[in-house]
Amino acid sequence: MSHETYLLSRMERGDSHTLAGYEAQGGYAALKKILSEGTPPKDVTDVVKESGLRGRGGAGFPTGLKWSFMPNEEQDSRTRYMAVNADESEPGTCKDRVLMERDPHGLLEGCLIAAWAMSLHGVYIYVRGEYRMSYRRLEEAIQEARAAGLIGKNIQGTDFSCEIHMHKGAGAYICGEETGLMESLEGKRGHPRPKPPFPAGFGLWGQPTTVNNVESIFNVPFILERGADWFKAIGSKKSSGNFLCCISGHVEKPGVYEVPLGTPASTILNEHAGGVWRGHNLRAWIPGGSSTGFLRPEIIDTPMDHESLKEVGSMFGTGAMIILDQTASVVHSALVLMDFYEHESCGQCSQCREGTQWLAQVFQRIHDGQGRMEDIDLLSDISNGMAPGKTICALADAAAIPTHSVIRNFRDELVEYVQAGGHTAVSKKRALPMETV
Amino acid sequence: MVLTDALKAEFTELACHYPERRAALIPALHRCQEELGGWLSPEIIEAMAEWFDMEPVEVFSVASFYPMFFLKPVGKHIVSVCRNISCDLRGSQELLDRVCQVTGAKAGTNSEDGRFYVEHVECQGSCANAPMMVVDGIYHEDLCPEKAEEILGGLDR
Ligand SMILES: Cc1cc2nc3c(=O)[nH]c(=O)nc-3n(C[C@H](O)[C@H](O)[C@H](O)COP(=O)(O)O)c2cc1C
Ligand code: SF4
Ligand code: FES
Repeated sequence: MSHETYLLSRMERGDSHTLAGYEAQGGYAALKKILSEGTPPKDVTDVVKESGLRGRGGAGFPTGLKWSFMPNEEQDSRTRYMAVNADESEPGTCKDRVLMERDPHGLLEGCLIAAWAMSLHGVYIYVRGEYRMSYRRLEEAIQEARAAGLIGKNIQGTDFSCEIHMHKGAGAYICGEETGLMESLEGKRGHPRPKPPFPAGFGLWGQPTTVNNVESIFNVPFILERGADWFKAIGSKKSSGNFLCCISGHVEKPGVYEVPLGTPASTILNEHAGGVWRGHNLRAWIPGGSSTGFLRPEIIDTPMDHESLKEVGSMFGTGAMIILDQTASVVHSALVLMDFYEHESCGQCSQCREGTQWLAQVFQRIHDGQGRMEDIDLLSDISNGMAPGKTICALADAAAIPTHSVIRNFRDELVEYVQAGGHTAVSKKRALPMETV
Repeated sequence: MVLTDALKAEFTELACHYPERRAALIPALHRCQEELGGWLSPEIIEAMAEWFDMEPVEVFSVASFYPMFFLKPVGKHIVSVCRNISCDLRGSQELLDRVCQVTGAKAGTNSEDGRFYVEHVECQGSCANAPMMVVDGIYHEDLCPEKAEEILGGLDR
């Protein structure tokens, strides 16, 4: 646990959410340096590219590369935007909130550097409607920064101008998907758009747009201040930097911990989160939010980075670990997730609309003791019909992946449910020896 | 017209943040719900359509997409219990059961006396402080049924 925790470091001060608290800890230095030296925007993007920073919103796309997709300003004079994805609604994920509530200026500085790098005219921070505190803290921070000449026209006396706007969502998971987010921001239903065209060509109001997660942007000022090499030296080979790991479920100390990418999941579980609670054994774990699937306890030493998790058939996702102890039921948790995906499907694609409903129904009947052996293959057929890449957005994949993982990794439990007669019977069997622990 | 002048002034200010007025619709619907009785009545939808120069059915179609908007009257206090995976693993079902028992409302309904509307909601981003519920927009985390009961007991009539 000897690594530096740069993302969370400033929060030790009680006033970390204010401009005074931020500046007292070196805040806005990276932005001011870029502005006073007039660093060419392309150089800023190159530093981000070189650092190896990958998106923290779920897909892990290289941030600098994404920025470089924005059309060249000389060839394309349209208004250019960034939308910061603060919808944070992937079950298990609760990290962006910490940054926005306790260090909002860090996000704003990242937005301004991104605005310089991509010559943006405006930035919208799309905050999920429930996050009132995040919204308020950011709004206050914007006011302070504006008063200090850091946001608005002619920032720090240069000819660089940028507005940062707050936008409030109204509670729909699908508005976290980048094109669903843009539709929602335009005042419509959050229906994802078919891609292409990609946001860099046709984004908000048809203008070039980049969508980035809060934590991705939050990393930017650190990278500009300390350099790409510093960042690259942290983490694993193809996944650089620290990330915020939300660990929840059956652990002694659930929380948001900052660790380098590539830290073994077991280290986070045991050294940070105090291990599986009540001295129980591990039954299953999810590495990166609800969409990344249920994994076996035998592979809990897997490093938490994009490559390693891909190798074991999963994904880094949002880096949010969910822990299930030996008394838990994977089938039950899968049912909870399928109800969620069914509820959140926007309904545009029949594979997803029908598929999520169907998955929820089949899991329900297995759970309730009316399942048949053929249902296991049925689950597999339905998810194969939904994904990968068969729908407008990846929500269908997000439901198919956990389903496949249950069949692949916990088939024994599905069989047990069918044979023993459902959840009540299985939990009785499982609970008995536990009482003596 | 149900929209007050103060609200309309706010909408004008909201709309300044976007190149198109319509983008202010969802934030403006939030303000209506907060100021005008806790839910979006057909009269409000109609008035908003007029202000935004849209068809009422278009406004309705947007409002009905978002779980935070209520299209039917709701109780004075809104109690939202998270039912998603991290909360479920740490006892959100027991929490919901107790909330229903204390308020006399089932999930998705109002209590008979109109004091409470109880619902279950999806992940609220408090997974590391599960289980949790939101009461009138305020987060309550690390709950147990007893604590939840105490919180509900402390609400005004
Ligand atoms: C169904 C669905 C929900 C998503 N929800 C979120 C979210 O809440 N927050 C987020 O940052 N990204 C979310 N994403 C990923 C975004 O589409 C997008 O990849 C991300 O915001 C890009 O930012 P990044 O490159 O900085 O990670 C979601 C994707 C899908 C398919
Ligand atoms: S995959 Fe599902 S959520 Fe995504 S656009 Fe299609 S129906 Fe909507
Ligand atoms: S699962 Fe309940 S807050 Fe995330």
